[in-house]
Amino acid sequence: MLFWQILIDGFAISALYALGATGFTLIFGVSGVLNLSHGAIMVAAAVAAWAAAGQLHVGAYLAALIGVLVGVILAFATYFVTVRPIQRSRKIAEAEKEIFILTATLLWGIIIQEAIAYLFTNNAKTVLPIVDGVVTFLGVRTPSNEFFTAIVCWVAIGLLWLLVNRTRRGKAVLAASMNPRGVTLLGIELSNIYLTVWALYGLLAGIAGILLGMFLGVSSYSVGPLTASAFSIVVLGGLGSVSGSLIAAYVVGYLETLTAYLVSPAYRTIPALLLLIVVMYLRPQGLFGRR
Amino acid sequence: MKRTFAIAMADAFVVACALGSVGSASAAAPIKIGVIAEAQAVAGSSIAPSAQLAADEINAKGGIDGRKVEIVVYDDHSSSAEAVRAFQRAVSEDKVNAVIASYISEVVLALEPWAGRLKTLMITPGAASDVITQNIAKDYAHNKYTFHGYLTSSGLAGLVCDAAKDLLVKPYDMKTAVIMSEDAAWTTPLDAGYEECLPKVGLKVLDHIRFSPDTTDFTPIFNKIEAQKPDVIITGISHVGTQPTVQWKSQQVPIPMFGISSQATNSTFWKDTNGATEGVLYNAVSGPGVAVTPKTLPYVAAYVKRYGNQPAYSGYTAYDEVYMIADAIHRAGSTNSDKMVAAMEKTDYIGTIGRIEFKPKGDPHVHGLKTGPGFITGLMLQWQDGKQLNMWPKDLAVGTVKFPSFIKLPAH
Repeated sequence: MLFWQILIDGFAISALYALGATGFTLIFGVSGVLNLSHGAIMVAAAVAAWAAAGQLHVGAYLAALIGVLVGVILAFATYFVTVRPIQRSRKIAEAEKEIFILTATLLWGIIIQEAIAYLFTNNAKTVLPIVDGVVTFLGVRTPSNEFFTAIVCWVAIGLLWLLVNRTRRGKAVLAASMNPRGVTLLGIELSNIYLTVWALYGLLAGIAGILLGMFLGVSSYSVGPLTASAFSIVVLGGLGSVSGSLIAAYVVGYLETLTAYLVSPAYRTIPALLLLIVVMYLRPQGLFGRR
Repeated sequence: MKRTFAIAMADAFVVACALGSVGSASAAAPIKIGVIAEAQAVAGSSIAPSAQLAADEINAKGGIDGRKVEIVVYDDHSSSAEAVRAFQRAVSEDKVNAVIASYISEVVLALEPWAGRLKTLMITPGAASDVITQNIAKDYAHNKYTFHGYLTSSGLAGLVCDAAKDLLVKPYDMKTAVIMSEDAAWTTPLDAGYEECLPKVGLKVLDHIRFSPDTTDFTPIFNKIEAQKPDVIITGISHVGTQPTVQWKSQQVPIPMFGISSQATNSTFWKDTNGATEGVLYNAVSGPGVAVTPKTLPYVAAYVKRYGNQPAYSGYTAYDEVYMIADAIHRAGSTNSDKMVAAMEKTDYIGTIGRIEFKPKGDPHVHGLKTGPGFITGLMLQWQDGKQLNMWPKDLAVGTVKFPSFIKLPAH
């Protein structure tokens, strides 16, 4: 019973972590940007969906759609307001741009976080779930929403895989992550690829934020921990490696669930962070890192 | 001619004197009350508006002995460090006469020594830790400037146990409980209080789960609790609220939640949880439509009219505290801190949450509120169909306890 409980709960939470980390690692892999406003974009999408359902009474599906849309809009805003001006700046030395972008996205995230707290208070909110009720599966009573979350996460990741490996546009994105200069030499506009990637990122972060809002709930306080958890999963899996991130998400998700069930809910996040430190010592490029 | 001149001079003198006295009356320095609170947190966001409401009412009636009351607001962003800076600024730059501070125990505990150092009267409208009053008992001479304007955690635990006896043990024959509380300064004495009083009302404590206030996934916690098959979950939550409530509903945990759930006291909680709070029972000092005293409903009406939403629990107390401070200054005839403290100690005031008197020097909770019949008894409300209905005490009850269909009550 306990075994199945851990297996099911761990699977759902890990799927959510995986989806959240995928967008984060995609952006880094293709454009070298570590987007520290990641958590803020996820929370903004969830809060937008909550507000749409609660204040505009639009229903669960449309609310979720509005949330995803807000995620995409904010992703583009992040790119156009903070990332692109720094990438194109002639006043900032090339070697310093990475740290400038890091700082800019961090501050951008704080701006979004404070705006959410100002407009909607810092109380936690939950997105109106699309599926309600519980199902008993292998003797474990589980919210249907948990299965829904896991399924949507994997469908989204699967679609991303198809896009990257089976479409021309996706292949260009993949190529850009391997060799940006090579892609430009082939006559593909790199800035178009960046736009595609940021749009994909916005979709992934928006969906992840809304699922998180339905499954666990979010508040403006979640911004920091969400960015940190995506960051540590991506570092653990190897920066820029999507498959590494997926595996790392499951390692972290199950480690947390096991700790919460078998040790104490109060120490939930500690073992995963210890593992991260050990990996940093023994294999600094991460479990599946290329660089 | 000379004589007229003299009369004219005399007239001018009289007029000047009269003008002078009028001038000094209107220039009488206002009484300044600093409010340090959490503008972004639902529980803290009613504090400053309520204080302003009370000040405006007092000013409309001519102020205190001709002096206007001025509220100076500081946002501490839920941070002790920011609250301490605000307190220092309030006292040394803005020259406030008293401070109303925060609903967070950690913040108030950080401010308490500063109230002593800067000899400034401070009262909290919402923090609950017993340590606040224990500190005053330990070092009265230094800490006497702090007053605890809300119930202590151990006091809250006692009220929850009293209500549990009438609402759970008697009608439903409940016998067992698991305590579930967040790990914070205010819950340590609360849990100790629960452990002591629950067995006395007939509820055996099977387990006691404390979790980190930044927990987001409550699935393991509820599964652990359910495995022990208690009749009720006794809660002690304030920093968290939405998330455990929503997950309780979505997982259909078949055990009622009963106790302290500060966020549930707020009128927006139904929306925040998408209605998952249906059936949750929570302690409060006030509730919509409950006329605890003749002042309760007029305050709520004035607040709703002016700000468009319902006040949180700390709003009621903050509103009363402005009146209590004003009353103390009037009785002391001075804004000297020591005289104000002496006058505050003699407070006997009917506020919005009951009759307020402070425990005297020598009590282990000196400057804490007196509770029990005749003073503050508290309420037990339940969320039913989007509304907060009072269930306890009986003379103020407006409905009967109802549980959602997924709750399994003990077989009689």
